Amino acid sequence: MSSRKKLLLMGRSGSGKSSMRSIIFLNYSAFDTRRLGATIDVEHSHLRFLGNMTLNLWDCGGQDVFMDNYFSSQKDHIFKMVQVLIHVFDVESKSIKKDMEIFVKSLTNLQKFSPDAKIFILLHKMDLVQIDKRDELFSMMMEKLQNISNPFQFKLVGFPTSIWDESLYKAWSQIVCSLIPNMNLFNNNLIKFNQILDAEEIILFEKTTFLVISSTSSIKQQKQPDLQDEETLDPKRFEKISNIIKTYKQSISKLRTNFHNLVIRGSNGTHFYIDILTDNLFIMIVLKDKQLTDSTYVSSHEELVVLENIKAARKWFEKIENGK
Amino acid sequence: MEATYLPNPNDSNATILLMGLRRGGKSSICKVVFHDMQPLDTLYLESTSKPTSEQFSSLIDLSLMEIPGQLNYFEPEYDSARIFQSVGALVYVIDSQDEYLNALTNLSMIIEFAYKVNPKIHIEVLIHKIDGLTEDYRIDAQRDIMQRTGDELLDLGLEGVQVSFYLTSIFDQSIYEAFSKIVQKLIPELPSLENMLDNLVQHLSIDKVFLFDVNSKLYVATDSSPVDIQTYEVCAEFIDITIDLDELYVDENGEQTNKEIKSISRLSNHSLLYLRQMIRGLALVALIRNDDENLNDMDSMLTVVNYNVNLFKQALMQMWQNSKFVKKTNDVNESLSVDRLH
Ligand SMILES: Nc1nc2c(ncn2[C@@H]2O[C@H](COP(=O)(O)OP(=O)(O)OP(=O)(O)O)[C@@H](O)[C@H]2O)c(=O)[nH]1
Ligand SMILES: Nc1nc2c(ncn2[C@@H]2O[C@H](COP(=O)(O)OP(=O)(O)O)[C@@H](O)[C@H]2O)c(=O)[nH]1
Ligand SMILES: [Mg+2]
Repeated sequence: MSSRKKLLLMGRSGSGKSSMRSIIFLNYSAFDTRRLGATIDVEHSHLRFLGNMTLNLWDCGGQDVFMDNYFSSQKDHIFKMVQVLIHVFDVESKSIKKDMEIFVKSLTNLQKFSPDAKIFILLHKMDLVQIDKRDELFSMMMEKLQNISNPFQFKLVGFPTSIWDESLYKAWSQIVCSLIPNMNLFNNNLIKFNQILDAEEIILFEKTTFLVISSTSSIKQQKQPDLQDEETLDPKRFEKISNIIKTYKQSISKLRTNFHNLVIRGSNGTHFYIDILTDNLFIMIVLKDKQLTDSTYVSSHEELVVLENIKAARKWFEKIENGK
Repeated sequence: MEATYLPNPNDSNATILLMGLRRGGKSSICKVVFHDMQPLDTLYLESTSKPTSEQFSSLIDLSLMEIPGQLNYFEPEYDSARIFQSVGALVYVIDSQDEYLNALTNLSMIIEFAYKVNPKIHIEVLIHKIDGLTEDYRIDAQRDIMQRTGDELLDLGLEGVQVSFYLTSIFDQSIYEAFSKIVQKLIPELPSLENMLDNLVQHLSIDKVFLFDVNSKLYVATDSSPVDIQTYEVCAEFIDITIDLDELYVDENGEQTNKEIKSISRLSNHSLLYLRQMIRGLALVALIRNDDENLNDMDSMLTVVNYNVNLFKQALMQMWQNSKFVKKTNDVNESLSVDRLH
């Protein structure tokens, strides 16, 4: 697999591009982003992702002086060989006309130099919009942007985001997953693994960013999808988990260490296992107590079995990562 | 004392009285420590104008009473003597970013009064808002405040009075550290608790162990090794991580079983973070050292840890049942809380 992926991060100055990049890839907290200055020209970062994939992230400073260059003298340099364009809009922007102008220019150049690129739209700083107005604003904006893109034959995928909640993780998980060629292998193997474990849920996370790569629900639920409606679990739980684990990583960095695994026996008979699966992946397994008896011996025995199973699954997933 | 004792509906509570000039930070401290408010949000707090009182239930039941600074408690309509008699600790908040001479005069006046009606009262002074001061200035301010308070008490003929000073800010862990120590003084069983924790540390290779009040993240007891603020923070945050993950999978419409929460995390440096839910909203959190990389040894070690923590928990339950803070009227609560364990 040749796997250098070029991602363009575009949008007006102050829309939040560098903030989200720092949070997802550099372990900043949302609070830390207040220290960021305006990006000068383009800042490149090369991030190893899932072992043999390299994400080349081009954070394009959004001040007009730089923008003008991107669309003139630098246009082939910037827009060539792009896999993904991530266009960020500040929902509180005062100059929507200018925002749209820039967007159209990006589309024009992208169509010319990388017509196969995928485009993701992030309607950002949603935290500043009243909660009950967010859905409406989001669909209105997306409709408008899609109309603008139609002549260029681009199909947009949009997300409402904010650095102050977990929405950012959801958006970036999907962006990154769109770049993984063997996604369905991950999914299939996860289902196989669950046939052994019979877990409520299994989730795979990329190790450095904690973005969700793949997940599977319980076998019972897959056979009877209507069960899902009764399910009252938090639909945002994956992103929240990413957020919680990142907070945990940051917390124990105070002890100048990292974590290997985390096993929780919860208040409702739920057991959680978060463990290293491969060099690039973390796995989280959620199990429910099958029997009502709760002897410490049984449960600590079960803990060992699950951890051993994770070890055994390591080989499968390493193979997928290496593209074999 | 006994003869003048007035029946008080809250007399089974340990009461903490918060005093200090207005805008000193009293309400902010309450909100941040006991109500999980973000420190920055305290900017929008309204000034308190009436005495307020809140109850918290932890290993012991706490009452926290705030008396606004502009109030003159020596007016006859306030039965100050009665208030001070039933109080376990007087916490006086001084704004270190402000001119504090008035506060010190006010403080010694209050100490004189409080000590007269209740010589057993703990007097705790928070030199507060130190986040705005440089390291040097903090030390100077503390020295100056201690010196002046000492002089004033001497003038009043109160040289025997014990006063403790703490440097605090709601923007870091210092306020939790100070309040933990203040609350600990009100727990009569503290020496035995500390003994039990020291025992755990000796028998297991524990670096540090805290008995936390889950809600406020104050620690009601710890072993006798010095508290390193970083270890405290990591342990307190481990509680949040555990509870946050657990709550994601608690089905709100389903039945709640309320099993004991337990959480163990293996770290890259071979240490372990270990959490076990105890009784009465408490959790034991320990940082366990393990120099051995062998996984099997780790498991046998955990078995020993589990066993000992079980014993600790049983001892805690027993201690609490015999505790003098549990009155007959509390019997209902008691059985409820014990039920939750099974
Ligand atoms: N309220 C809110 N503020 C945000 C959000 N994301 C970023 N910000 C703030 O917006 C400001 C500007 O963010 P940057 O990431 O520097 O913006 P940028 O798009 O990189 O700007 P240029 O580099 O000039 O193109 C920072 O102070 C961030 O803290 C968000 O979701 N909500
Ligand atoms: N810098 C700083 N400000 C604080 C701290 N604690 C409280 N404050 C601020 O002090 C002001 C007054 O606090 P408040 O709790 O209302 O005081 P009270 O009148 O004593 O109850 C508020 O604006 C708080 O945000 C602190 O530790 N550091
Ligand atoms: Mg930037």
